[in-house]
Amino acid sequence: MDSTFQFDWQAAFDSIPYLLKGIPYTLLISGVGLAIGFVIGIIFGLLRISPMAWLRWIAIIYIEVFRGTPVLVQVLFIFYGLPQILGGPIDAVTAGIAAIAVNSGAYISEIVRGGVQSIERGQREAGLSLGLTRIDTFRFVIWPQAFRRMIPALGNQGIISIKDTSLFAVIGVGELVRQGQIYIATTFNALEVYLMVAVLYLAITLSLSVGLRLLERKGLVGQ
Amino acid sequence: MSQDDDKAPIVRIEALNKHFGSLHVLKDIDLQVAPGEVVVVIGASGSGKSTLIRCVNGLEEFQRGQIEVDGNLLKPNGKSGGALQAIRTEVGMVFQQFNLFPHLSVIDNVMLAPMRVRNVSRQQAEDTATRLLERVGISDQARKFPSQLSGGQQQRVALARALAMEPRLMLFDEPTSALDPEMIGEVLDAMRELAREGMTMMIVTHEMSFAREVADRVIYIHKGEITEEGTPEQVFDNPRNERTQSFLARVLTH
Repeated sequence: MDSTFQFDWQAAFDSIPYLLKGIPYTLLISGVGLAIGFVIGIIFGLLRISPMAWLRWIAIIYIEVFRGTPVLVQVLFIFYGLPQILGGPIDAVTAGIAAIAVNSGAYISEIVRGGVQSIERGQREAGLSLGLTRIDTFRFVIWPQAFRRMIPALGNQGIISIKDTSLFAVIGVGELVRQGQIYIATTFNALEVYLMVAVLYLAITLSLSVGLRLLERKGLVGQ
Repeated sequence: MSQDDDKAPIVRIEALNKHFGSLHVLKDIDLQVAPGEVVVVIGASGSGKSTLIRCVNGLEEFQRGQIEVDGNLLKPNGKSGGALQAIRTEVGMVFQQFNLFPHLSVIDNVMLAPMRVRNVSRQQAEDTATRLLERVGISDQARKFPSQLSGGQQQRVALARALAMEPRLMLFDEPTSALDPEMIGEVLDAMRELAREGMTMMIVTHEMSFAREVADRVIYIHKGEITEEGTPEQVFDNPRNERTQSFLARVLTH
């Protein structure tokens, strides 16, 4: 045991070009996964507040199942479990995208529900009383206002899902953490490399935060 | 009724009954409104007067009776089919809380429904909106957002927004109750002008002097029943029902 540990800056910097190779995977999986999750979230969020009870129940079951189980279990199930049913292997990146999609979709469903329900009843009544159909009232009156209110919560979910992709190292997706692990296996600079991995995650999530803040500020005009 | 359509009522409410759970909010309401008539509905809060006019454009469902608006029939328990849409297209409404769309500019608030429902062109909708905003005295605020306007201005925009659909009937649900006192006058002026132009109006209000001035007919509702009905002179000066008397005594002394 060497008690006079020296942080090896050179090793930390040397690892960066290698780690950067993982970023496209991290961004691809979280980006595509969240985009699908957003569509799922709109659909199930609206089903969740449907006047028809059986539609509400479908949404409740979906939300509870995918919000109540870990992303890691979900991706293991998709990557190792589903092929047994489908009869063929599933690509690790696809499995990761699917896991992010169904998991973030469950959370985004609740964000959508909360956003839509937060709009005053009078807005809907005003739209309907003008002769707008229910769909047009939703599209032109309720949704634009609800979406603006959803932005902070959606940002949170984006950051959570980006970080969740780090779990997919276990199924061999060459994302950030996985690249770090491979690099450490040959150089043994765990401290330096994982610090750089953390810094790169922070760089991604901070850019998202800043972007969302700008979007929110823009959205505030006219409120 | 199409033969003598000048005389035929535009609103025909028959044996209307509404329940909120165990509460019987409207009891056997019969009411007709002729084209061009201004009917003011008064009554204590909780009497059912707002609920009554909200039934007319289907914002509230009812359990028994029927409402016919301009030939379209509303049936109990929301089973009216396409009639509901037809009625809402022909009937405008102004709400207590204005309910302007906060994400749209003033002029976009006014243009939205004509473009989506009546399929008028953007240019035509803009021309109509500009003319209506001028008429209610807000043309210089057209590009602002509702939150940048005073309450009185917002309510006048709401009026213009409803008028942009060229309604055959206008409903007003306590249009001045949420306004600061100094802004009530400007909204009442706009309504007064509308009445003068011959718009058919059903108005729920607590503004008794306004009611006396513009109403062709005043209706007093007590606990879901019409207990007094007549010209403003009849209802305000010689109320027959003692409930009307005590209600008027309370509101007119304030």
